[in-house]
Amino acid sequence: MTAEVLVQGLVSGLLMGFVYALIAAGLSLIFGLMEIVNFAHGEFLMGAMFATFWAWALWKLDPLVSLPLTLALLALLGLLVYHGLIRWILGAPMLAQIFATFGLAIFMRAAAQALWGADFRLVKNPLVDGRVSLGGVFIGLPQLVASVGALVAFGFLYWFIRRTETGLALQATSQDRQAAMLMGIDTQRMFALGWAIGAACVGAAGALLAMFFYIFPDVGATFALLAYVTVALGGFGNVPATLLAGVIVGVVEVLGGLLIAPALKYAVVFSLYLVVVLWRPQGLLGRF
Amino acid sequence: MRRAVRLLSLALSAVFATASASHAQAPKEVVIGVIYPLSGNLAQIGIDSVTAMKMAVELYNTKSDLNLPAMKKTTEGLPGLGGAKIRLIVVDHQGKPDVGQAEAERLITQEKVTAILGSVFSSVTATTSQVAERYGVPHMNGESSSPSLTERGFKWFFRTSPHDGHFTLAMFDFLKDFEKKKGVKFKTVGLMHEDTLFGADSGKVQEELAKKYGYEVVLNMAYRAKTTSLDAEVGRLKAAGPDVFFPTSYTSDAVLYIKTAKTLEYIPRMLIAQNAGWVDPQFVAEMNKDIEGHITRSPFALDLQAKKPLIRQINELFKKQKDNPGGRDISEAPTRALTAFTVLVDAINRAKSTNPEEIRKALVATNVPPDQLLMPWTGVRFDEKGQNAGVRAILQQIQKGAYATIWPFDLAAADVIYPLPGFKDKK
Repeated sequence: MTAEVLVQGLVSGLLMGFVYALIAAGLSLIFGLMEIVNFAHGEFLMGAMFATFWAWALWKLDPLVSLPLTLALLALLGLLVYHGLIRWILGAPMLAQIFATFGLAIFMRAAAQALWGADFRLVKNPLVDGRVSLGGVFIGLPQLVASVGALVAFGFLYWFIRRTETGLALQATSQDRQAAMLMGIDTQRMFALGWAIGAACVGAAGALLAMFFYIFPDVGATFALLAYVTVALGGFGNVPATLLAGVIVGVVEVLGGLLIAPALKYAVVFSLYLVVVLWRPQGLLGRF
Repeated sequence: MRRAVRLLSLALSAVFATASASHAQAPKEVVIGVIYPLSGNLAQIGIDSVTAMKMAVELYNTKSDLNLPAMKKTTEGLPGLGGAKIRLIVVDHQGKPDVGQAEAERLITQEKVTAILGSVFSSVTATTSQVAERYGVPHMNGESSSPSLTERGFKWFFRTSPHDGHFTLAMFDFLKDFEKKKGVKFKTVGLMHEDTLFGADSGKVQEELAKKYGYEVVLNMAYRAKTTSLDAEVGRLKAAGPDVFFPTSYTSDAVLYIKTAKTLEYIPRMLIAQNAGWVDPQFVAEMNKDIEGHITRSPFALDLQAKKPLIRQINELFKKQKDNPGGRDISEAPTRALTAFTVLVDAINRAKSTNPEEIRKALVATNVPPDQLLMPWTGVRFDEKGQNAGVRAILQQIQKGAYATIWPFDLAAADVIYPLPGFKDKK
């Protein structure tokens, strides 16, 4: 194994890690806010990727151009899901909450297949295509743009949560629902907002991912497990920690595959996750 | 009184006569359980296969003069069973062995199917066939290529198509033939396979044969199926740099492999794929120029239609099916399903019964001639393990966005493109 191959692996893993992180961010946000794990998170991603694909196939909109549309569409989906489903099960036992989002996941997957079939689709000839070579290390331009996009999205999310009044209200709600209510914060609105933002994050991730990944009804399941691991590794509810965890997962995955064995790359990721969770059950930067 | 007794006995014997007649009468329908992937990664393959089988059912249930097994007939339904109609019960195994197992159990015990057909994934076929074996129900398979499936000594399991042993043998025979013809010499091979039964068996057979044929295996790596990235895998390939690369991947991973190889600029001199993703028509359409020159093994070739008019006839029918939006050409997966299905129906027709043992005996006695096959095989005859002994694997190369048969050289419709062009040259 030459140094060049290792550096290439490191770079590839890093780029993918940012995208993993953005996918996981929405999941983390929603959990932090109301302690509900959205099992349909992968299907939200699938929805975003299909939206991107159709915008390209029908109107020739490049994924980067249609990104704001996808983002808005997913935010709307988040609101819909919150008002149509989640609001009704807020006080229900945890098992009911699990089954509700799990059922939604299966429904969305089946609906996508019924509507669009099971074929693998690709957005062809996007604006950003090809790759650059830096001293023998290749960087795919779509991957580069996707990771930069993910970082921008993270920056925006961080600014919104930490610097705006609504963001502060969101934080207050996630810290103590009762107290926030007493302070005059409309917690129901905050929950709905959380779902909208969480879904918008995954919308952005889906649009960026669609530039270089295939799209089909089950694509969400491929990423969902990694998203759960990323969130748990970073610490549930801590959005910036998700960025760190995503990068760790991305890099460990590739380096594990290079240095140990490709068949074991996820085993390496999950072992690391287990070690971290044993040592810090709340995740690397978790708050409880 | 006597008259009354006579009348009564007449009436009774009439009742018995009709009762026994109706007992001996052939069933009105033959129910066949079809277990295919209709959701998940390989759903399109399952959907296309079911479309082909439904098309065949329609042909069996009406008059038809197509030269497929038991299909040339002047009556509706199956002549051997007094015109019984065929009904399919189609179920989805989602690519999961446990779901396949449960569905097989349900089809046999609840739906009382006469036979089972399925299931594409070798790992699922392994469990569904186990259930069929336990209940003593014939299980036909047209596409699972793991050699171990017919090595288990099952009494009720039959496979029409070649397994990875046959296919892999063909790949290496081709390499030797090619070396001789072109005066080149390959030294090293690299293997990459997904980690379900299909990939694991493929990797094992390829490694064994590569060594036997005198090639050095510089890399044999399994990877997690449905992975999110293949950066590490392609990185390793690039570092090892084998002359010939053999991937075994389903469509999703095959797409990812091409994308990653393109980004990391990995081009072996020759690529020979173990079918799966590389024979998905959508894959060829989507990847287009990026897979120009890739070779895959296949049991079916559309470009053989010049030599086999049956292929053209079936293809025209297939394109008109309502479950085939866009009128796509018939591809490898549906032809394999169609072949297995027609061989099974032929056996049921010859058995003249839906009794499992009778059907099994008829399957053992199967002898379908080559002119009734869409495949370039020498026929369908099952050996004692239930494996078709008449199989013949061919190799195809993707040339200008379509499959061209390149080996065996006597069947070849085109010359081999060699070495593999770089991604830049494929514009």
